[in-house]
Amino acid sequence: MRRGKLLVLPAMGWLGLFFALPLLIVVVVSFASRTAYGQVVFQWNLENYLRFLEPLYLKIFAFTLGTAFITTLWTFAMGYPVAYTIAMILPKKWQQAGIILVMIPFWINFLIRSYSWVIILRAQGLVNTFLLHFGFIEKPLGLLYNNTAVLLGMVYGLLPFMVLPIYVSLEQMDKRLLEAASDLGASPFTAFRKITLPLTLPGVAAGSILVFISSLGMFVVPDIMGGAKSSLMGNVIQNQFLAARDWPFGSALSIILALLSLVMIILYYKALEAQKGGKQHEEKLA
Amino acid sequence: MKEMIRLMGITKEFEDELIIPTLNLTIYDGEFVTLLGPSGCGKTTMLRMIAGLETPTQGHIFLDNEDVTHLAPYKRNVNMVFQHYALFPHMTVEENIRFGLLMKKVPRKEQQKRIADVLQLTQLEELRYRKPQQMSGGQQQRVAIARALVNNPKVLLLDEPLGALDYKLRKTMQLELRNLQQRLGITFIYVTHDQEEALTMSDRVIIVNGGRIEQDDPPARIYQYPRSRFAASFIGENNFFPLPDDDSRLLSVRPQFINVCALDDKERKGPEPFHTGTIEQILFCGTFDKLFIRLDDSRDMVTAYQYYEDYRKWSVEDRVGIWWNTQDGVQVTK
Repeated sequence: MRRGKLLVLPAMGWLGLFFALPLLIVVVVSFASRTAYGQVVFQWNLENYLRFLEPLYLKIFAFTLGTAFITTLWTFAMGYPVAYTIAMILPKKWQQAGIILVMIPFWINFLIRSYSWVIILRAQGLVNTFLLHFGFIEKPLGLLYNNTAVLLGMVYGLLPFMVLPIYVSLEQMDKRLLEAASDLGASPFTAFRKITLPLTLPGVAAGSILVFISSLGMFVVPDIMGGAKSSLMGNVIQNQFLAARDWPFGSALSIILALLSLVMIILYYKALEAQKGGKQHEEKLA
Repeated sequence: MKEMIRLMGITKEFEDELIIPTLNLTIYDGEFVTLLGPSGCGKTTMLRMIAGLETPTQGHIFLDNEDVTHLAPYKRNVNMVFQHYALFPHMTVEENIRFGLLMKKVPRKEQQKRIADVLQLTQLEELRYRKPQQMSGGQQQRVAIARALVNNPKVLLLDEPLGALDYKLRKTMQLELRNLQQRLGITFIYVTHDQEEALTMSDRVIIVNGGRIEQDDPPARIYQYPRSRFAASFIGENNFFPLPDDDSRLLSVRPQFINVCALDDKERKGPEPFHTGTIEQILFCGTFDKLFIRLDDSRDMVTAYQYYEDYRKWSVEDRVGIWWNTQDGVQVTK
């Protein structure tokens, strides 16, 4: 038993070296300052965090939160029916195929998938060429390089993160409960509203957290599909590190995002625990 | 007696497999009917068809003289107690019970009254704000019954409702259920594979085998006069002996009616033994001993229960003879 514990050491070492240590460095750098040429100097101050409170950054932050929120709503609205169809409507033997279809996009690099949206949506792209050719429009539509395009790219990219947890919770739900509901006089729709939906909320919450947190830090999609017009926190951070060479400020912004994500994950677990409170009680009884 | 349920020419196929070949059955108002059979015999499917959870391939189902064959379960005035209770885990006891009343849009005031009544009936008043996971199996069982009963169904369907409970609790609940049914006068259709349960609770026992009704009689008749070898061996234990002049039938004799005598006992009373044999094994069963006797002629095994003065009297390898009173032998089909 004690020997077995040694087996976790490689993983611990790996995580410590490549996760905990870099994170620590980011924390340290976020309290440092920089020289005019972008050199990090270790003069401790809170300047970087205070700079976040400037209206410019607060506005971007609010916009990022809003975008993440709307992305989450859309992935939920589109993801739940997909998960429901796979888990509840498809015959058992097709479920696996359905889940694989949802996951196939993961096999292709996200960057490449984002560029393919550019090919589809740009002025000489697939959609515009088609519409022009058949005379639906006179000149190309501006489908790309706006907030809608960013939203579309984010919803597209993050949809599987919503579908999979919801699918799992639907899959785990005791289907006999629906028979019981029907037996007690509930129409299929009412049974969904009163039984299925409440019982799969943990899956919805898990999916929402995954999507929301991923949207907060997203910079590839706004970079490629949003053009210069739309900027999210992710882009600002990226800029601080690569263009502005202000590592301390970039680190501070990263820490702020990380803390926000952490708070949400804690809230999620608290909510889950409150729901599971009954289960623990049951164990005590037994 | 008023007819409550009539199954007419019902058949049921699952993926081209015939589960129930033509079934006809009538159940009367206020009856406690038990469908008894081994697992996979089709008894649960019959129950689910009455509930509307399965649709028969052919035939018609009448509930209180109304054809409900294709009526969705949520439109039928029957309720089911599920094998694993199927209580809604996100609702309290009271919310579980209220569910059916909400669905039928029963006025708030009447809801309260009916819930209070049924909570009292099932002795769940103290537990009304608990969630199912916070309760024992027996308590959950009572919630499942309360949740069904509160709707005042014409028929209550029970699918092995006591299967998950331990032996003692099962005994208590059997009694409670039987008393409940007699007090309420609702038709109960009860599915079980436990023959003892069927005998002690029901007005009528229907033995199901391979989707067919093997025998349909009151419990005492089922036990005393089984019609077929299957019925005779499924209910209690039985011994079978060939009949000399009838190839299609067998003679069945219950182990408690088998008399055992020592072959070397010169003072033994009773007739000349019908068969002789050797005791191969003895099981101590508390109130009686169970003997397994290998017959000399047919090499068949015969089971005999020994009570009172014969209790604890035998040992393995004893040479014995067996006989029985002719009225204790029942002829059954093979």
